[in-house]
Amino acid sequence: MSKTVLIIGGGVAGLEASGVLSKLGYTITIVEASDRIGGKLNRWANLFPTQRPAEEVLNYLKFQLDPNTSIITNTKIDDISLGKTQVSATLSNGNCIQADAVLVSTGFEFFDARKKEEYGYKIYENVITSVDLEQIFKDGKELKTSQGKTPKRIGIIHCVGSRDEKVGNTYCSKVCCVTGVKQAIEIKERIPSCEVFNFYMDLRMFDRHFEDIYKKAQVEHHVQFIRGRLSEAFENPDGSVMIKVEDTLLGKPMKMNLDLVVLMVGFVPSSSSVFLKKGLQLETGNDGFFTPADEHYKTVCSNQKGVFFAGACTGPKTIENTITEARAAALEIATYLNQN
Amino acid sequence: MPDFGYKIAKDRQIDYDENKRLIFSEVAAWEPSIYRCISCGTCAATCSAGQYTDYSLRKLILLVKRGEEQEVITNVSKCLLCGKCQLACPMGVNTRNLILGIQNAVKKTTYAV
Ligand code: SF4
Ligand code: SF4
Ligand code: SF4
Repeated sequence: MSKTVLIIGGGVAGLEASGVLSKLGYTITIVEASDRIGGKLNRWANLFPTQRPAEEVLNYLKFQLDPNTSIITNTKIDDISLGKTQVSATLSNGNCIQADAVLVSTGFEFFDARKKEEYGYKIYENVITSVDLEQIFKDGKELKTSQGKTPKRIGIIHCVGSRDEKVGNTYCSKVCCVTGVKQAIEIKERIPSCEVFNFYMDLRMFDRHFEDIYKKAQVEHHVQFIRGRLSEAFENPDGSVMIKVEDTLLGKPMKMNLDLVVLMVGFVPSSSSVFLKKGLQLETGNDGFFTPADEHYKTVCSNQKGVFFAGACTGPKTIENTITEARAAALEIATYLNQN
Repeated sequence: MPDFGYKIAKDRQIDYDENKRLIFSEVAAWEPSIYRCISCGTCAATCSAGQYTDYSLRKLILLVKRGEEQEVITNVSKCLLCGKCQLACPMGVNTRNLILGIQNAVKKTTYAV
């Protein structure tokens, strides 16, 4: 009988690793807490930096899955423990699973913007998040203010819930800068006359093509980049939002009214990581993300034999990095199972 | 009225809604490479005028974009139009023509003075 691998989390990392491990001859069970596989990709319309439809990547991930993969959705893990050579898990549907190795691919959750109360999310009507905006794009809806007007001025606020000791997240979420630039372009493509401003502390355009879309946003779409972190937001009687920032490159405080404010929410560790950490005796950093066995050359291995990581459970990551990591994890798991 | 020696300090806040940005509209049409500027400051570091005065082309471009027109007017005259900044700019901003455009726009929009 072929050896078995339990994959916790059926998002990008879990699906890609599953496909590779099936090809290598292993029997896979994916346990997914939500009602469908694909993770956050299900909630995204288009991907940076090329604006390709998220669905294309989702379809690829589903297509390469082996038909014999056992996929259990709507199911959580109630109990998990490591034996000498096996891991045992009790599922919320009452079933028990034994596996020879386990891949933790639990991903991330979006920062809850309500915690940054001064920005007014769920208090002011015209403050939304990058996730809400993506949903509007995905549903093919028109972008309107809550008063039903076409916005004339939109502000995109970077680093919401990231690089912020006050909310307890000191790290950079890595992908929200480029998402902010992508969404700024997408707003301009829909409403060319709308003024769009990105309020940033640093623009972290680290990957291939990122710098190109930043230039495109400025030169082709006249998106304005203002270096300064949102300090305060107030709601006007007409529903528009008055914001205050410092234009740090001019060294002057600045105020302006915006019809719509979009908060670029960052990554936080999946809520399941506390439980998995305890059950599998894994290590996490102060930020709550899992710590791999080595940050340079064992990024997909954990401190426990037979437990592996892939994707954003070890920190914010792009989709391509997650896919690459998932393949690396699959290979690492195969090597481990061959030796044991 | 007796002078008690008090006065109200001028608000130095940029009021984006109040500012007109007339110079910007002129300049952006005249020299669209203004949109390429990434505020890196390479121009300002090499600028001879900036060595002796508090002039910076990087700041001047931002003042134009924000519509801080009084400050644009006081600053743009400090440039020597030597064109050194153009050699240094990594983004290919046509700086000299941009500054000429700002100077022309200031003349055209002397409403402010
Ligand atoms: S990627 Fe950009 S927006 Fe996101 S946390 Fe880092 S600096 Fe802030
Ligand atoms: S052209 Fe003006 S801004 Fe440019 S280097 Fe010469 S003095 Fe400075
Ligand atoms: S060197 Fe060029 S890009 Fe940099 S601030 Fe000056 S004009 Fe802008």
